Amino acid sequence: MDSEVDPRFGRAAYFVIVDTETTDFSVIENENVAAAGGAGISSAKTVADSGTEAVLTGNCGPNAERTLTAAGVKLYTGVGGTVMEAAELFKSGKLTEAAGPNVQPHFGTEK
Amino acid sequence: MCNRILVRKNNMPTGFVIAVASGKGGTGKTTIATNLAHYVAGLGQKVQYLDCDVEEPNGHIFLKPEIDRSQEATVDVPEVDLEKCTTCGKCGQICQYGAIVCVKENVLTFEQLCHSCGGCWLVCPVDAIEAKSLKVGDIELGKASDIDFVHGRLRVGHMRTPSVIKQVKKHIEENCLSVIDVPPGTSCPVVEAVRDANFVLLVTEPTPFGLNDLKLAIGLVRQMNLPFAVAINRYGIGNDQVEEYCTAENIDIVMKLPDDRRIAEAYSSGRLIVDVLSEYKKRFAELYEYVRRLRARINDKR
Repeated sequence: MDSEVDPRFGRAAYFVIVDTETTDFSVIENENVAAAGGAGISSAKTVADSGTEAVLTGNCGPNAERTLTAAGVKLYTGVGGTVMEAAELFKSGKLTEAAGPNVQPHFGTEK
Repeated sequence: MCNRILVRKNNMPTGFVIAVASGKGGTGKTTIATNLAHYVAGLGQKVQYLDCDVEEPNGHIFLKPEIDRSQEATVDVPEVDLEKCTTCGKCGQICQYGAIVCVKENVLTFEQLCHSCGGCWLVCPVDAIEAKSLKVGDIELGKASDIDFVHGRLRVGHMRTPSVIKQVKKHIEENCLSVIDVPPGTSCPVVEAVRDANFVLLVTEPTPFGLNDLKLAIGLVRQMNLPFAVAINRYGIGNDQVEEYCTAENIDIVMKLPDDRRIAEAYSSGRLIVDVLSEYKKRFAELYEYVRRLRARINDKR
């Protein structure tokens, strides 16, 4: 919970699933970190299948955004700080839902 | 009968495909490919030029063909009938590119990511997925004086470069010398463009950059078991390392084009070297002679 939020959604190392009522959490390791392509889409599916209702992340591209939207998962971009801080901001209603993707595909994959 | 043997000796009896590739960009692939095609056509030989640099074809600037027909280059992508779909998710499981995904009650397709393997429509248990044609490029054919001209052009916003190259190469003719202008680099489009060539001419420049990328390109053609040789363009600049490397590796250097300002001037005005600088005709004659001898050796083995 004290880890920093990854600035990238599709290739984030882990997804921390937080129950905002109890603040219980579980961790899913992201198998798409080094995917050849379509990491955002597969990550969005992983998250949606886990029953998550909202994604808090730094940046999210168009393919992941489309997949999350199709699954009815809400998206909040521009989130930083620790996972705990992000969850608290969300609970207090201070985050605004993203209107769409905030970056292009492959954002943050170049070294 | 005698006549026929003579013809077989002097003409290309079966198809012979030369791929002009590089590794490093801007070394002179198009310069050499277009001039070679033009030179060979001038001998009265049947020759075709195929521009497989479909992301930025430019051979037409020099050969100035009359385009007389065109075709669309298409690929198959999945189209899902949601009426039939049971959202079992098997399509998404088989896709290695995330091009089709089943989330909740939805199936989404991402045409840009699809590689047209056909896996999704094969595994669908209720036949809810059909192959739909997606236009990714255009193939144009014509004549540039006596040269049969073909080039492909990838449509803006698409990434299916190898598919368009494959469709350009479908036009390779028999009984003809086919010169393929290959895109730069050593990635999938290059592999597709040099695949099945009888000979690959690797064009480089005598600089550390040229040598570095030449080594990568040599690694690729060796892996693919393709006969190859090297041409050095802008000879005189840089250093001797390309020549030293080729000598050490026992690689033929079949052509050297000097760093001549007049060549650059001809290029910049869309003219062919063999037309405006007749002293360089000999270099293309020697290159063609090398190719003919190689072809004879390959035919003997056949």
